[in-house]
Amino acid sequence: MSLSLFVLQVVNGLEYGLLLFLVASGLTLVFGVLGVLNFAHGSFYMLGAYLAWWLSERTGSLLVAILVAIPAMVVIGLAVERLAIARLYARDHLSQVLLTYGLVLLFNELQRALWGNDVHGVSTPRALAWTMHLGETQTWPAWRAFTALACVGIGVAMRQIVLKTRFGMRVRAGASNAEMVEALGIDVRRLFAILFSAGTALAGLAGMLAAPLTTVYPGMGESVLILSFVVVVIGGIGSIKGAFFGALLVGLADTFGKVLLPGFASAIVYAVMAAVLLWRPRGLLGPAFEGR
Amino acid sequence: MTLSRRALLGAAACSSLLARRLFSATPAKLRIGLLLPYSGTYAALGHNITDAMKLAASEHGGKLGGREVEWVAVDDESDPAKAPANVNKLIAGEKVDILTGPVHSGVAMAMMQIVRQENVLTVVTNAGAQAVTGTLCAPHVFRTSFSNWQTSYPCADVMLKDGRKKAVLMFWNYSFGQESMAAFKEGYAKGGGTIVKEIAVPFPTTEFQANLSEIASLKPDAVFVFFAGAGAAKFVKDYADAGLRDRVALYGSGFLTEGVLAAQGAAAEGIKTTLHYADALDNPANRKFREAFKKATNREADVYAVAGYDTVNVLAQALEKVKGDTGAHSELIAALESARIDSPRGRFRFSKTHNPIQDVYLRQVRGGREAVVGVAMKDAEDPGAGCKMGK
Repeated sequence: MSLSLFVLQVVNGLEYGLLLFLVASGLTLVFGVLGVLNFAHGSFYMLGAYLAWWLSERTGSLLVAILVAIPAMVVIGLAVERLAIARLYARDHLSQVLLTYGLVLLFNELQRALWGNDVHGVSTPRALAWTMHLGETQTWPAWRAFTALACVGIGVAMRQIVLKTRFGMRVRAGASNAEMVEALGIDVRRLFAILFSAGTALAGLAGMLAAPLTTVYPGMGESVLILSFVVVVIGGIGSIKGAFFGALLVGLADTFGKVLLPGFASAIVYAVMAAVLLWRPRGLLGPAFEGR
Repeated sequence: MTLSRRALLGAAACSSLLARRLFSATPAKLRIGLLLPYSGTYAALGHNITDAMKLAASEHGGKLGGREVEWVAVDDESDPAKAPANVNKLIAGEKVDILTGPVHSGVAMAMMQIVRQENVLTVVTNAGAQAVTGTLCAPHVFRTSFSNWQTSYPCADVMLKDGRKKAVLMFWNYSFGQESMAAFKEGYAKGGGTIVKEIAVPFPTTEFQANLSEIASLKPDAVFVFFAGAGAAKFVKDYADAGLRDRVALYGSGFLTEGVLAAQGAAAEGIKTTLHYADALDNPANRKFREAFKKATNREADVYAVAGYDTVNVLAQALEKVKGDTGAHSELIAALESARIDSPRGRFRFSKTHNPIQDVYLRQVRGGREAVVGVAMKDAEDPGAGCKMGK
């Protein structure tokens, strides 16, 4: 492999990883703080993508579609939390898996009924519809670069919020001991509802940003969900920073696996996960304490 | 007024006799079993095949060989694991006279294992697995759609004629993709082409970026691919985004653009594919069929609907010859073997292994539409490798 091709593949891997991070960050947040194993996270990703397509068809602009779809995702997140998830905080993971898996089936049927089974393309906003040269033969669409930068930006913003704000402090406190936080007079249920809908919106946003790249199709959430779980486990459950590095690692492993060990490509990511867990059973930056 | 019990019984006996007489005057209904997906990824295909079959039957007045048609549909869910139970339900439970379907090749393989032991006339309406008219072929099994070989072998010649002698192959690594590639390689090697690299992508992965960078660095004359559905839509877009479309020509079996052209948009412009059908085929049968299908369903017909339509038309032809007697097994098979079908895809007949001998067209995406450029291979006949019948 020549040096230029190597650099190109690193860029490919990082870009893929950044998008995975955006999906996985919401998952790790919900899992880490709320303790909820949310299988429906992939459905929110799919829902975001479908909303981006459907609204951009109607408004003629993907940016407008995204601006409308994000509040919609927040509302959907709040509704799902209040109607379903909130009843399960005290239950074990099995009940949560059953419920959220039920939600996956529900959202899939909803998608089928509302939008049908066709594959849809989403066009990128005109301002970002150009490509840049990478190496001598390949080009890179500007939307890909924009998506990657947006993911970095959102990651940095999340980190600032969690580490530097009062809300972030409550989130961290809620993650380590929800009962104590409640005893100190903070409305934990409200905190959880906000967090869950934030996670929903993040997954939806990832779907919206990915829609022009991946096209929109039934079942698009499921494959992303599995990889997101891998990212969360590698990074350490509940750690956003861990999810960031985990996602980059998965992106790079997947990219180089495809090129160097094509026959083994689909297993590489899981091999990396196994290796990381053998080395650090709680993931790269997992909590050091025995927690929930 | 009182009615004696004797009179009542007599009346009942009379009426039941009468009823039997009446019924024996009209022959029993012809039960056609449909083993098709009505849910999941392939649901749209299952519905199109079914509706086209019903359309064809209604054009024959709802009767084939003088017998009124009765449909018995089972949702196969495209699940090979459920196929044996579903096939048994249709054959033993519903006692269908003729079995048709499926879409998914895995379901077809499971179906073949059972059908080979049974004496039920079977018509495969989509699944392209080589084995159906190859290693697992049987005298009472026909296919009205295509074999994977037919979708890809002719494309090798097309590429060589375009002067592209160095190719990269890229495909989803499951039976359809593998059979497609094997057929293409056979033709490409025969014509003196060289394959620079084969890239097998695990099914149903749609993350292609790493492989596209690889293709860009290999700089082949052309790329031949097998992807379908959502994967095909994404691949074609990624390929154009990576700047490869204008540098390395992209070819594929027709499934690369079939049904996803709208989603691919401008990215698909110029792609050449080979298939035994194209929506834009200009012949009277196709125009009539597309119009009738649109009228009946309010949807556009496609390659899947064509196979359903032809299935009923060929059955009508053969059943006419045996006067609707599905029990006259060998006569019915002989009638099918000699059938000539004037299909929307053009005329076709069955090969010795019961796969269609049909023209494979070269299509190119021009202005967002699939244009028919010409015939890539006239009377393409699947080699039927491994079939012991009729040779």
